[in-house]
Amino acid sequence: MTHIAKPKFQHPKLPVNGLGLTRRNYEGVVSTLCAGCGHDSISAAIIEACFELEIPAHRIAKISGIGCSSKTTNYFLSRAHGFNSVHGRMPSVATGANLANPDLTYLGVSGDGDTASIGLGQFSHAVRRRLNMVYIVENNGTYGLTKGQFSATNDKISKSRKGVENRFESIDLCSLAIELGAGFVARSFSGDKAQLVPLIKAAMSYRGFAFLDVISPCVTFNNHSNSTKSYDYVREHNEVLDVLDLVPQRSEISTDYQPGTSVEVTLHDGSEIKLHKLSQDYDPSDHGSALLNLYQYKQQNTVATGVLYLDPNESDMHDLLMTCEQPLNTLRDNALCPGSAVLDTLNSQFK
Amino acid sequence: MRIEKTFNDFVVKFGNINGSGSASANYLCAKALFRMGVMVTPKNIFPSNIQGMPTWYEIRASEEGHQARRNGIDVMVAMNPQSYQVDVESVVPGGTLLYDSTMVRNFKRSDIDILGIPISRLCAENWTDTRQRQLFKNVVYLGALARLIDIDNEILEMLIAEKFRNKPKLIDSNIKALDIGREYSREFFPSRLKVRARKTTGTKGKILINGNEAAALGAVFAGATVAAWYPITPSTSVAEAFERHTRHFRSGENGKCRAAVIQAEDELAAVGIAIGANWNGARAFTATSGPGISLMSEFIGLAYFAEIPLVLINIQRGGPSTGMPTRTQQSDLLICAYASHGDTKHVLLFPADPSECFTFAADAFDLADRLQTPVFVMSDLDIGMNDWVIDEFIWDDRRKADRGKVLDAEALEKISDFGRYRDVDGDGIAYRTIPGTHPEKGAYFTRGTSHTETGSYTEDGNIHVRNLDRIAHKHRTAASILPKPIISEISAKSRLGIINFGSTDSAVREALALLSSEGYGLNHMRIRSFPFDRSVEDFARRHEYLFVIEQNRDAQMRHLLVAETGIPATKLISILNYDGMPLTAEFVRTAIFEIFGEQQQVAAACATPITAA
Repeated sequence: MTHIAKPKFQHPKLPVNGLGLTRRNYEGVVSTLCAGCGHDSISAAIIEACFELEIPAHRIAKISGIGCSSKTTNYFLSRAHGFNSVHGRMPSVATGANLANPDLTYLGVSGDGDTASIGLGQFSHAVRRRLNMVYIVENNGTYGLTKGQFSATNDKISKSRKGVENRFESIDLCSLAIELGAGFVARSFSGDKAQLVPLIKAAMSYRGFAFLDVISPCVTFNNHSNSTKSYDYVREHNEVLDVLDLVPQRSEISTDYQPGTSVEVTLHDGSEIKLHKLSQDYDPSDHGSALLNLYQYKQQNTVATGVLYLDPNESDMHDLLMTCEQPLNTLRDNALCPGSAVLDTLNSQFK
Repeated sequence: MRIEKTFNDFVVKFGNINGSGSASANYLCAKALFRMGVMVTPKNIFPSNIQGMPTWYEIRASEEGHQARRNGIDVMVAMNPQSYQVDVESVVPGGTLLYDSTMVRNFKRSDIDILGIPISRLCAENWTDTRQRQLFKNVVYLGALARLIDIDNEILEMLIAEKFRNKPKLIDSNIKALDIGREYSREFFPSRLKVRARKTTGTKGKILINGNEAAALGAVFAGATVAAWYPITPSTSVAEAFERHTRHFRSGENGKCRAAVIQAEDELAAVGIAIGANWNGARAFTATSGPGISLMSEFIGLAYFAEIPLVLINIQRGGPSTGMPTRTQQSDLLICAYASHGDTKHVLLFPADPSECFTFAADAFDLADRLQTPVFVMSDLDIGMNDWVIDEFIWDDRRKADRGKVLDAEALEKISDFGRYRDVDGDGIAYRTIPGTHPEKGAYFTRGTSHTETGSYTEDGNIHVRNLDRIAHKHRTAASILPKPIISEISAKSRLGIINFGSTDSAVREALALLSSEGYGLNHMRIRSFPFDRSVEDFARRHEYLFVIEQNRDAQMRHLLVAETGIPATKLISILNYDGMPLTAEFVRTAIFEIFGEQQQVAAACATPITAA
């Protein structure tokens, strides 16, 4: 049995957020992934981020493709509609859903197979359209559900559990996202909840394509000594570029950094992203330097995490398409059907 | 010698080089005849190419109102030396060939009138710009032809004025070109042709429009708000027309539109976008052709199994594979009826003309919402890209979009136990919710994996069977609400009938009229939807033999009839035309006689032959 509902019982004194909801209210059904799977930590981070952001869960739509990562949308936010679509095609479903109603928060969860191989085309075009969504790749470098084949994000230097070499160049989804117009691009590690939760919060607050590449080790197939996506490897090679705080509109700014070491971006909803840079010579709002930076870290076999690129000018697909403010799915006949008088005019044009 | 004149009953064909600007002059000819009240059937026979290849435009005029193509060219306007040979051969004895005699040719046909007009020379003498010299050639031959077959000059000039109302300079030069052609023909060919046009009332209350424009309008009137598509001949103009009309009719003062059109990266994304938008409560569609359906198949299976409304407008073209992109066929029936792996079955609507493209496109949105499943509007290139004379469109302002079983927040409040896939009403159709509706109730997980009544994943075989059976039941429900077949039983005793669907209808009705005038009374059923209504089987039961007329090689409709009804296969005799050209009545008539043998046998099968009038 693979659908396990969690018991409704909860401790009477669980902390509540501004909506009067506990963390339990943001949970989903019991995960059926392997014990220790990085994906479960990301689900927990999503729950924490939504709880802290005080988002009503039903105003989120969870959309995914196929694979271990795509299954996880069932393991958080039971009060939200979910759509587990077909392999590699989550971006198009998310695009359609967003066209129908831009007022929901779209949370897409995908894997490296789902995004970097079968879905690379759809991923690229969703980025190009500046689809307003959070797109999380739970990146483990392997095909888990089909038992351990290499994926396209698997680094060239790594080997499979059985020692088979990966001969092909890996695809860096963050570089691709930056190049194609994503406004918010970050990389994180499923084992670093302190970094991941604020990144998810900021991504959810950002208006535009917000991309999170989260290295999420596959404990069963890709957590061995020859892997560059193992817990040990990522811990050893993780270079944290910056520390992010999302300051909600109504809060006081509490942290102060040395002048020149932080970047502050006020978002469309008035909240503020405060980015504390750990590497001085790096400007995350500059396209070119972000790409160069990523390239250099890759050459050094270093996993650079944190916010890699942040475009302070938010814009999304609806701006580009010039659709009306009112969600299309709320428009009724009188706003949509031109009516018989117009049809009579049209008839006369075809005479 | 006395020339026997024929009015409003002829075929004029234009042989051109594509990319030479001939299309608008040829259309003008058809439109002028239409304005004169003459029933016209223009067919654009064009290559899959932008410039330099042969292209043809045929116009049939029919006093009796027939709307099918017919063979036998009465007047050939041959403007393309590449195709001279076939063009000259296609003219009926006694017919006329009009050609550009700047370079004189000997066509070796003494049985036709050959009228040479030095069109290139005339244009070279009158215009200096090379582009104009080329473009006005088309208007010069139009002027000559118009005089020769008596097309009303005032109407032609009025049409030119309408076409170029924003570019007045072009009005004068076009009229000048018309005059050049007209004057030349007056001087050198003073007598008109024996086939002529004359004003009549055959197109009163009618419009001249192509099916893709009509389907797009149907989508606009039905309240579609999202269109996602990928360019493909011959469906491209559906999406383009939808975009044009929504910009025009649905833009606010700030220029923002109450619709979104996305040219997707491929057909997979196009249908995925349409599915995502429908899932989220907007009315969305895609328009495509056969190769696009192949690519969309995986997603179509998802929409079927997850029960998401979806409208697909399929403008069929010649297959298989890339096939003949600019020719017509009805060869996507099987792939659309059963698109995607596993047990799937889809709703198909078969419009016969642009009129039904409009109504069926609009109805498709209601049907998709009511049935929560993909609905295909099975148009084709002939309907979609050719102009047809149809009745004016009608819209009932009292009509409201039927969104089917959707629970809003208020309805959810009253329900204690929501199950997305629970058959509450016994019709196989469950209730759905739109994301974001209610803080605590109505959320569910949409998936292509096997699911329970509440949408949870299951590998329980019994639950899977129950769910598949419910969806099958839903499709039986569908059969009862789809457009019924149009049945015409002129002879209760006739043992013979014709079954057809879609764009072949005008040819079939003309064939029936022809056969009837010869004394053979055959009954007729035009199928308009799949799954089939009971009346389809009932009609078959009343007849011994049924000719099933289709534009594909493998008798796909016959397959569906045999597989999906109790009609014995031996009753169904195929008449198949799959050369990519629209069907003719003569093809149908000849095939019936060939298949059935001696004419007496046909007469006997018709039981009580109708006395020829």
